[in-house]
Amino acid sequence: MASIADLPQSEAPIQHMVRPAKVGITSWLTTVDHKKIAIMYGVAATFYFLLGGLEALIFRAQLSVSNAGLISGETYNALVTMHATTMVFMAVMPMAASLSNLLIPLMIGARDVAFPRLNAFSLWMFIAGSLVLNASFLFGAPSAGWFGYAPLTGNDYSGIGVDFWALGLVLLATSSMSAGVNFVVTVFNLRAPGMTLMRVPVMVWMLTVIQFLLAFSFPPVAVGLILLIFDRFFGTTFYLVSMGGDPQLWQHLFWLFGHPEVYVLILPSMGVVSEVLPVFSRKPLFGQTFVIFSGIFIGFVGFGVWAHHMFTGGMGPLADSAFSIATMIIAIPTGVKIFNWLGTIWGGKIRFTVAMMFATSFIPLFTIGGLSGVMLASPPLDLQVHDSYFVVAHFHYVLVGGAIIGLFSGMYYWYPKFTGRLMSERLGKIHFWLFVIGLNLTFFPQHFLGNWGMPRRIYTYPPDAGWDAVNMLCTIGALIMAAGTGVLIYNMVISAVRGEKAGRDPWDASTLEWLTASPPAPHNFDFTPVVLSERPLWDHKHTPGMQIEEPTQPEVIHMPAPSWKPLWVSLAVVGFVLGLLLTRFNFYGDANPDVWVGYGIMIFSGLMIPVTIYRWIDEPC
Amino acid sequence: MADAALPHDHHDAHGHDDHGHGHLVENNFLGLPNLKLAMWAFLGSECMFFGSLIAVYFFYHGLSIDGPLPADVFSVTVTSISTFVLLASSFTMAMAVDNMKTGKVQAAKLFLLSTAFLGLIFVGFQVYEFQHFWLDKGLALQTSLFASSFYVMTGTHGTHVTVGIIWLLMVWSFIHRGKIKAGNYLPVEVAGLYWHFVDIVWIIIFTFVYLLEF
Ligand SMILES: [Cu+2]
Repeated sequence: MASIADLPQSEAPIQHMVRPAKVGITSWLTTVDHKKIAIMYGVAATFYFLLGGLEALIFRAQLSVSNAGLISGETYNALVTMHATTMVFMAVMPMAASLSNLLIPLMIGARDVAFPRLNAFSLWMFIAGSLVLNASFLFGAPSAGWFGYAPLTGNDYSGIGVDFWALGLVLLATSSMSAGVNFVVTVFNLRAPGMTLMRVPVMVWMLTVIQFLLAFSFPPVAVGLILLIFDRFFGTTFYLVSMGGDPQLWQHLFWLFGHPEVYVLILPSMGVVSEVLPVFSRKPLFGQTFVIFSGIFIGFVGFGVWAHHMFTGGMGPLADSAFSIATMIIAIPTGVKIFNWLGTIWGGKIRFTVAMMFATSFIPLFTIGGLSGVMLASPPLDLQVHDSYFVVAHFHYVLVGGAIIGLFSGMYYWYPKFTGRLMSERLGKIHFWLFVIGLNLTFFPQHFLGNWGMPRRIYTYPPDAGWDAVNMLCTIGALIMAAGTGVLIYNMVISAVRGEKAGRDPWDASTLEWLTASPPAPHNFDFTPVVLSERPLWDHKHTPGMQIEEPTQPEVIHMPAPSWKPLWVSLAVVGFVLGLLLTRFNFYGDANPDVWVGYGIMIFSGLMIPVTIYRWIDEPC
Repeated sequence: MADAALPHDHHDAHGHDDHGHGHLVENNFLGLPNLKLAMWAFLGSECMFFGSLIAVYFFYHGLSIDGPLPADVFSVTVTSISTFVLLASSFTMAMAVDNMKTGKVQAAKLFLLSTAFLGLIFVGFQVYEFQHFWLDKGLALQTSLFASSFYVMTGTHGTHVTVGIIWLLMVWSFIHRGKIKAGNYLPVEVAGLYWHFVDIVWIIIFTFVYLLEF
């Protein structure tokens, strides 16, 4: 049995093309290194997670007592809209993007993604989209809900905030679609020798499924958003009921994206749990192939269930039944996975690290959300509890109890790979208990509130409704969750400086990212590992005859050079969007001359897009 | 997608790279190099995009409450000509790829330019069609559900053709400057995949949106 110290380490100088290392801010702006890009996604996601949480705390304070006057109804709507938009698109999705960036190349034994500069472009599109979305706070934030139902988003009912919202989402869609294509190619083409598809780690499989979902589910909502933008800017009639427009058109386009999006949010966490549970139970994942195929199946069927969000829209009993059955079918692969995870822990030598605590609590918390989901898949029940707090409780158990808890587990597990240092287990346990208690205190009572008839999307309620005590409980729970999050942030910051040095493989893990240094060198691996099993590092350490051999000939490694070009193209695209937004402003009053300024910027930026792309392709890399 | 025209050597699975062009080990899943696999994934995404746009058009078909209807404005003769032009451009595109494969770089360049030129004629037809519908037939963008969905759908397609023209001219320029050398036909082939896709989308639109009205 080999120990960590025996892991192959190249003594000979590695022959790779040395490039002048850029330092400081430039090194971040020009980076094409998937690990640096992962860190930027991660930092941004953490920031927006705090922002979205702050928004929630404000409206939770408003709801804690009846007839509260802390914020107006309009502000409440804006905060709820931005809370959901922020959490979905700017916290959980970029956190998944961060994990995809860090882990996909490392876990498959590659040196970077297939198109490193396109990867940087995806990052800048994300940053730009998130800034445009949040800039709406300066001019009146959108308040039509994160689902943006027509005709509420039309010019008649919504101000300029929806313009920022729609254009910001288009930028985020561009980011996700380009990243999706990039990662799909990476996984299929850049695997280390010997890493067959069935040896690809479950985490990478789940992340790959979500890249497919991103690439194929964003186009419908992109179309929906483009139609909305045309309606708002150029007077088309898509969502105008007075011209015969049908509000259900938006609902179909939105949920055709929106339901696969749910799996984009939850599958990364399922991947995390599938990596963390085996490592801390010291057993292989029970039925790995089943878990992989269940994930793929969920991805496929996820495209056929979108209209379960529209049962109250009057589609008729046939459509309702079909979508109800399809939705219930998804419970099968999900249930399979839950049993796989339980089977993994069963009889294992369990180590309760913080990562393991979050991973095990994921199972019951996600199951609660899953079970209420199966209930909601039944149209008669859905008609009763539609738009009530029961639904709020359901999707918060899925997204907080599921997605966020799983991502927390991943954070504690892979933080050492990002930084080279371990997070404090003591602080982590405080974070765990505060967060899990707070989450149940907040969301479990909301099942009851819903059944008692409390609707969603109301900014206050009368005292005689009898909802005061339970709402206060929810707000206290939210504060406890916030306290837990504070401990997490403190832990992340303090551990980066003072944390215990992690070494290559602090958890005695089985996947390739732990074969290399923490944090990994820019070229990831000193030599390309040859993979012999689905647990290459475990077998390397513990199975005789399965060592990862270092090649006798040192490899010539050539890494892509840093580049400004992705940022340039992004700036051209952003200029186009900002020009369009400017046409909505009227700084001078009567003559509205700003339209022409806006169009001028649009034309200039539009011309700069092909020019910058040409320079990009022309650049040697 | 923007790494499109880079020369790409194919490596074996051990990543020996003596030329310093490509950087990353490629497995060539299904025998597809990175660029081509990316193009197929992108085109899959585009299928969903155009699928949604065309679905919107038919979702609103016959529901307009004002303005001219499709049969009042369409001219099958004119659009047949522009469709033929676009079809012909797919032929010249295929010839460009073929000549690049066999190392006839000059012929490939000429075919690339012809393809872009035919694409430009198609876009010219569309500009004519739009202004004719708008100014002569009174079908403005804001007139009806038909107008909105027709203009946005076909306009998006026209934008794709325009992007394709720029793309082809870029590929031409890189060949002209010797950045894409004889034998490296992958960038031309991948541009061709996009071009044929846009062509096929038009065939679908022409068949279902134009021809079935009559
Ligand atoms: Cu759904």
